[in-house]
Amino acid sequence: MTTTATSPAEAGEGRAVGKNSPGAAGGQGRRPGRIRRIGLPYLLLLPALVLELLVHLVPMVMGIVMSFRELTQFYIREWSTAPWAGFDNFKIAVDFDAPVGQAMLHSFLVTCLFTVASVGLCWVIGTAAAVFMQETFAGRGILRAIFLIPYALPVYAAVITWVFMFQHDNGLVNHVLHDQLGVTDKPSFWLIGDNSFYALLTVSVWKGWPFAFLIVMAGLQNIPKEMYEAAALDGAGLWQQLRRITLPSLRPVNQVLVLVLFLWTFNDFNTPYVMFGKAAPKAADLVSVHIYQSSFVTWNFGTGSAMSVLLLLFLLVVTGVYLVITSRGSRGRKTADV
Amino acid sequence: MSRIRVAAVCAATLSLALTATACGGGSPTGGGSNDSPKTLTYWASNQGASIAVDKKVLQPELDKFEKKTGIKVKLEVVPWSDLLNRILTATTSGQGPDVLNIGNTWSASLQASGALLPWDAKNFDKIGGKDRFVESAIGSAGATGKDPAAVPLYSMSYALYYNKKMFKDAGIAEPPKTWDEVVAAGKKISKGGKWGLAAEGSNLSNNIHQVFVLAKQHGADWFTADGKPDFTSDGAVAAVKQYVDLMAKDKIIAPGNAEYAQNQSLSDFSKNKTAMVLWQAAASTFKSQGMSEDDFGVVPAPVQSGAPGQGRNVNSMVAGINIAVFKNTKNLDGATKFVKFMTSDEESKLLNKTYGSIPPVKAAQDDPAFDAQATSVLKKTLGTSAAPLPQVADESQFETAVGTAVKELFADAAAGKPVTTESVKAALTKAQQSMPNK
Repeated sequence: MTTTATSPAEAGEGRAVGKNSPGAAGGQGRRPGRIRRIGLPYLLLLPALVLELLVHLVPMVMGIVMSFRELTQFYIREWSTAPWAGFDNFKIAVDFDAPVGQAMLHSFLVTCLFTVASVGLCWVIGTAAAVFMQETFAGRGILRAIFLIPYALPVYAAVITWVFMFQHDNGLVNHVLHDQLGVTDKPSFWLIGDNSFYALLTVSVWKGWPFAFLIVMAGLQNIPKEMYEAAALDGAGLWQQLRRITLPSLRPVNQVLVLVLFLWTFNDFNTPYVMFGKAAPKAADLVSVHIYQSSFVTWNFGTGSAMSVLLLLFLLVVTGVYLVITSRGSRGRKTADV
Repeated sequence: MSRIRVAAVCAATLSLALTATACGGGSPTGGGSNDSPKTLTYWASNQGASIAVDKKVLQPELDKFEKKTGIKVKLEVVPWSDLLNRILTATTSGQGPDVLNIGNTWSASLQASGALLPWDAKNFDKIGGKDRFVESAIGSAGATGKDPAAVPLYSMSYALYYNKKMFKDAGIAEPPKTWDEVVAAGKKISKGGKWGLAAEGSNLSNNIHQVFVLAKQHGADWFTADGKPDFTSDGAVAAVKQYVDLMAKDKIIAPGNAEYAQNQSLSDFSKNKTAMVLWQAAASTFKSQGMSEDDFGVVPAPVQSGAPGQGRNVNSMVAGINIAVFKNTKNLDGATKFVKFMTSDEESKLLNKTYGSIPPVKAAQDDPAFDAQATSVLKKTLGTSAAPLPQVADESQFETAVGTAVKELFADAAAGKPVTTESVKAALTKAQQSMPNK
């Protein structure tokens, strides 16, 4: 891994700083200086660590404990007294012959498909827009600001507006597709039934691509202009420049971008909840709302927590595999470059 | 990719996935006390046109109460969409209001959590006794055979609202009394962009209210006597099919109604797009949307044709709001006094008049205001032909499971997919299987 390659350099830098630092100048000052040097960062980190512990780790551990308990409305008031359920909640969540497990599996598969489609589209649109915006032209600043609007808008307001547009009787989408363009035979349903998947995907991509655009645009700033000039001199066209310079140079940026988009999209709760409420149509039943429904609507907190733990394990495995593959890829490329 | 980054990503993933279900939590402490006798916190449900309207209605009454008892009531009006989650959070953390409003259909579910003060004979005596309240309203305040978990505050029942002009234009002289007459009238009206009947196909609670009543009319209950779900009986299947068929087969409900969940059907009614709607206390909404009282009529909700038979003439669920005391209150005496004040004859008349509901307090019902066209039908229904929804601990799950099944069947009907006895039975079987095992 790259850690091994970079460590000595970092260590070297550390020593260099140590030599030049005032604390290291005299023999007597060396010890307190080192203590300060080692202790201060931790001291500064302490408030964040305490908060992190309270806000994330404690609820997380509680969530894991809950997943092993039979936690229903009978016990929520004194949830620590709920009887132990062992692995029962997990068994219920993954029993694909029973309705709860089947619904969970369905929801999981819908979420996987949704995430792949949404992240893919966000990335393609974001990258295309960022590459396009590299050229200087009149009104570029304004256009860039417009592109970022979906990212800056409050989620609730934006998604509710989409809900209005997707309405069957009075919605703008049917008005355009059916009344004006005549693309559909009759007005379609977007908020119920099978089409709800596409409606959700549309809103998700609309909301997500400006982030990809922003990150890719930042990544593009780091590519030296000379590389393009040299490539142009060598006769490389725009497509070749994109394939040979832009995309490879963006690789580290994309690596993080895709991972972040994947995690956000997979866990997105706000968009489906605001669009469909607590009972999403089957075609758009994302796992986050499904778990919410199991926990807070049907008051099966134990099963809901078990589903959360399983989801967490899945995301950890996917993230781990992704990181290993992508970092291997970059190490291999570096070696080849050398 | 450094290990630190891997660890950071893993930590972020962990927190994203787990905080959703783990928020809330902690153990509440003990029962009520009188440690804080001078103040009360009250969570009122949103009853009026907006939260601001509710504050305007309730604040003068709370001031009256303060003058009388010296207890200051801090009011928070909670929207319906948030109320149940807020109560659940308060239950888990033990940090809740002293007094709160609950939907009466949640009574048994919340009772099971042990968060609410039980209203035994002793507590009821403090507010004038159980006999002051209408029996059906008390029936919707907790599980049968247990002390109620709350006290009825506002009662409502369903009625059939019809648009007089649309009926006249279609040549219909009499408002319908039976479902057959509803369908016949609906077919005469449903043409040229106008529709006979409205529905809220994506509103789970509304779906439940309708199929509960229809199941009663078919002689079926959704739970067995010992509280087990019984969603697939012939009566229950027939009830759901009859309701969805109003769109699928009879075609008197507009397909667009399948996605309604925000009371859009009331706007359609006010705009003369739909001629009939089954609703609880809708008169004030119609008036606020520009209709005059002469534009619409109110008659009892329909029953099946012929002689429905014993117990089958139910045409409404007992709808309404209860007032409850949170067990963890630090002002038990004050909370009881406040419930007594809010359910007194005088306040009961005043608040129910304002909200267009019916007082569950017998003595308050005598006020002539509740004999007006819009309210007399609701009052009569409540007293004679309304039944409370199943008062079981799993009521919340029932609403979600069966309400969603009806929503999906409406989606099928809207998309032109067939709705058959088999498809209804399959949907209800799935709903029943998703209920917690006992």
